[in-house]
Amino acid sequence: MGREGEVVSELIPAFEKEHPGIKVEVQQIPWSAAHEKLLTAFVGDATPDIAMLGNTWVPEFVALDALEPLDSLVARSTDVVRSDYFPGIWSTNVVDGATYGIPWYVDTQVIFYRSDLLAKAGYSQMPSTWADWRQAMQKIKSQMSARQYPLLIPITEWRPPVILGVQAGSPLLRDNGRRGAFHEPQFRSAFDFYAGLFHDGLAPAFSASEISNLYQEFERGNIAMYISGPWQIGEFTNRLPKEMQDKWMTAPLPGMNGPGVSLAGGASLSLYRRSTHKREAWLLMEYLSRPDVQLRFYKLTGDLPARREAWRDTSLASNRYAQAFREQLDRVVPTPKVPEWEQIATKVFEYGEKAIRGRMTVEQALVALDRDVDALLEKRRWLMSRRKLATR
Amino acid sequence: MARLSIPSEANTAAWFFLAPALLLIGVFFFLPVAASLVLSVTDFDLYGIADPGNTRFVGLQNYSKLLQTPDFWAALRNTFYFAFVGGPLTIAVALGAALLLSSKLVRFKGFFRTIYFTPFVTTLVAVAIVWRYLYHTRYGLINYGLSYVGIGPIDWLGDPDWAMPAIILMAVWKSFGYNMLIFIAGLQSIPEELYDAAEIDGAGPIRRFFSITLPMLMPTLVFVSVVTMIGYFQLFAEPYVMTQGGPLRSTTSVVLLMYEEGFRWWRMGYAAAIAFVLFVVILIATLLQFRLQKERA
Repeated sequence: MGREGEVVSELIPAFEKEHPGIKVEVQQIPWSAAHEKLLTAFVGDATPDIAMLGNTWVPEFVALDALEPLDSLVARSTDVVRSDYFPGIWSTNVVDGATYGIPWYVDTQVIFYRSDLLAKAGYSQMPSTWADWRQAMQKIKSQMSARQYPLLIPITEWRPPVILGVQAGSPLLRDNGRRGAFHEPQFRSAFDFYAGLFHDGLAPAFSASEISNLYQEFERGNIAMYISGPWQIGEFTNRLPKEMQDKWMTAPLPGMNGPGVSLAGGASLSLYRRSTHKREAWLLMEYLSRPDVQLRFYKLTGDLPARREAWRDTSLASNRYAQAFREQLDRVVPTPKVPEWEQIATKVFEYGEKAIRGRMTVEQALVALDRDVDALLEKRRWLMSRRKLATR
Repeated sequence: MARLSIPSEANTAAWFFLAPALLLIGVFFFLPVAASLVLSVTDFDLYGIADPGNTRFVGLQNYSKLLQTPDFWAALRNTFYFAFVGGPLTIAVALGAALLLSSKLVRFKGFFRTIYFTPFVTTLVAVAIVWRYLYHTRYGLINYGLSYVGIGPIDWLGDPDWAMPAIILMAVWKSFGYNMLIFIAGLQSIPEELYDAAEIDGAGPIRRFFSITLPMLMPTLVFVSVVTMIGYFQLFAEPYVMTQGGPLRSTTSVVLLMYEEGFRWWRMGYAAAIAFVLFVVILIATLLQFRLQKERA
């Protein structure tokens, strides 16, 4: 998919040389069409042997019964060493106790910030608690003009409010994914903090499409902090001018009372149940999971490797912008593993937007959010109750 | 009314000639419509794709759920807003442009006709992306122009109150050229003698417009307004590309809602119900228009 699809073709020849009998055919599809294409392939009985899967999609494809559980293969493998993976990332692939994907590359959110602006406000490094973080933003704001903001979080993104919620200890969903838990005190406190950032003018109420050139805004000091993923390291390095390069840094996310968690993202390799070449497909998955191949993949794409061993290599250990990710990856948690998650996530930012723009109070927004989420999960509740009856 | 009697053998022949077309319409139109009608009384979704046994017959529940969802009413309101403000505006601009281009005073008619028609044949997605730049709050050309007349920066696509007007403006610009051409054709078919006679009787240009041009254009006007309305009720690509239905769902149209439910969240049963509600809305609006025009005629 996307750039990864192009690059993986370069890794294949070495694999085919190791296994002369196997011929690998790579199909590239753009990220934007991938989800739909894989679903249509499933309906049309034309699924591939292996596919790269955004790890938030795993529960959905498990619900379709499209994927092969991999636990016994992993147990026998010497190449796929479970203990060498980041536990939070690995667990995104585990649904109801069975593993359906092998992490291929990892992704999570950290803070990208203007170290010079933070220093000017009296901070030598990024604070690690909400209270200190907020105070730092207030200090930066006091040194800014009216249309400059310490923090940019697009209000059309669901990750920031969800991350804050998880940091505050919210399970997001309750009763094993049967109902929403957004109206409970944990999420409530996170949501208050989130909405407060906008109310107090620390972050602008912009949607993602309104930000024309993030790097320019960052360079001009219109924004001092931005929450984003690893692909931005390359973008910040290439798009910011040379004299800016020692004026920005990355840091793990602050938490409620100390270093905070972030979300476990990335992509996994999955094996399709209907594949007729499962043995060969698994060999390829093992090959792509080796630390040296992971490292080559990192050098080709900038995608961070899922194997901790690969992180010890100098090319990664010496990249100072990657260190925040290395630290954050030890503190990542998966989003709720229900197929409806993505739609629920959309609801979270929609109600967040309503609260931020003052169309609803925080209380009203969260009550409405739980009501909508419960309605979305109705089918799941029905299926779960029926399945229980069937096994009895 | 006189009844035509057709010999029965001609009837058979007619059926024979019609068969290929009817077959195609049946397979590619009526069958899918019937299938989606069936779909709309089930809760067919992602789980249903996995195992058809996970699909329940829910009767009219999709419809009742839909009518209780604020998002649906918001989408319907947005669609009406777009159709009833954007539609007449498009027709008015098109008629104005057609009158100007039919005037004897204007030169370079062919040139202007082409210029005005060009947006209509340009790819909507490309146009929408360009307009997104034009509307940009800080760097957009439109706000830049407005700042010269002392109007402060408007957050065109980011303000829930301005987003729909912004989309309407773009849609009018994009589609009035087509209607304009039809109006020009309609204007050309009005006999010149009528104007000459009216002028001799002492009718001024305004009187001539309301007593000759408008009544003579009525059939064209009916056609244009029905086609425009039906098109506008299906608003989709503009908000899909420019605003993704935001901010605060202020530009989510019924079709966009249907697309999201159906192809983003795979709740096909629910999406099919939305499609039928939209069908009924368009049907009523079209019938109403015909009735109104007939009364006036």
